[in-house]
Amino acid sequence: MVHFTAADKAAITSMWRKVNVEEAGGETLGRLLVVYPWTQRFFDNFGNLSSASAIMGNPKVKAHGKRVLTSLGEALRNIDDLKGAFSQLSELHCERLHVDPENFRLLGNMLVIILAKHFGKEFTPQMQASWQKMVAGVASALAHKYH
Amino acid sequence: MALSAAERAMVRALWRKLGDNVGVYATEALERTFLAFPGTKTYFPHLDLSPGSAQVKAHGQKVADALTLAVDQLDDLPGALSFLSDLHAHKLRVDPANFQLLCHCLLVTLARHFPGDFSPTMQASLDKFLSRVTSTLASKYR
Repeated sequence: MVHFTAADKAAITSMWRKVNVEEAGGETLGRLLVVYPWTQRFFDNFGNLSSASAIMGNPKVKAHGKRVLTSLGEALRNIDDLKGAFSQLSELHCERLHVDPENFRLLGNMLVIILAKHFGKEFTPQMQASWQKMVAGVASALAHKYH
Repeated sequence: MALSAAERAMVRALWRKLGDNVGVYATEALERTFLAFPGTKTYFPHLDLSPGSAQVKAHGQKVADALTLAVDQLDDLPGALSFLSDLHAHKLRVDPANFQLLCHCLLVTLARHFPGDFSPTMQASLDKFLSRVTSTLASKYR
């Protein structure tokens, strides 16, 4: 169970306000599919995923990435009850989508890398530590209803 | 999992850019690892891990030198890293899950400092390279 200090919450929410969810979402999901090609298994109906540039430019990838990060942004409003916030999505990912929870960890770490690339100096080791807690909490919440 | 010619070229190109500063970035990666993943500190009870520690800097340089060696010897990682594989297997016995945490923090560090060079294909090449290094390090564990 992740515990967020007041400092963690302040750091996470202040950085999130500056994130372009549409761009970051496409970037995060796109890179997941490029760097870990086996994750493409969930997206057979997304069309052309045949090269890095095809993936990064694919409109379905961008749209889905945006959807995922929008969800994450909403959960940030319930940061002290991520399990509650992600309860229905957890059931969906288990029962309908059949996604191995390991993928949540991969995506979470990919988001951390995107934030580092985008925010540079501002993405201090302390900021990263807060975000690692965040993505670990989200991954755990998404896996919570698996059976 | 062998690196393609293109992937090797990408890794070498970035390493040339890092120049003499590989130690600086490896040290930052260690700092990030200790902060984000406190369990990793359990392997260093003998070191001062406070920010700016000279001991962490020295350890960062060791990690940097090993990675630079790996970049130079991409054709024979098991040979080049044999001493380190033995060390980690029989003496240090670091759980291999921790290598992935350090590799992740190394990627974060490189993305933070070299955003313009950190394309998806560069990231994929680096990730694969680090993955090969860590599996070589863990290869003699049992």
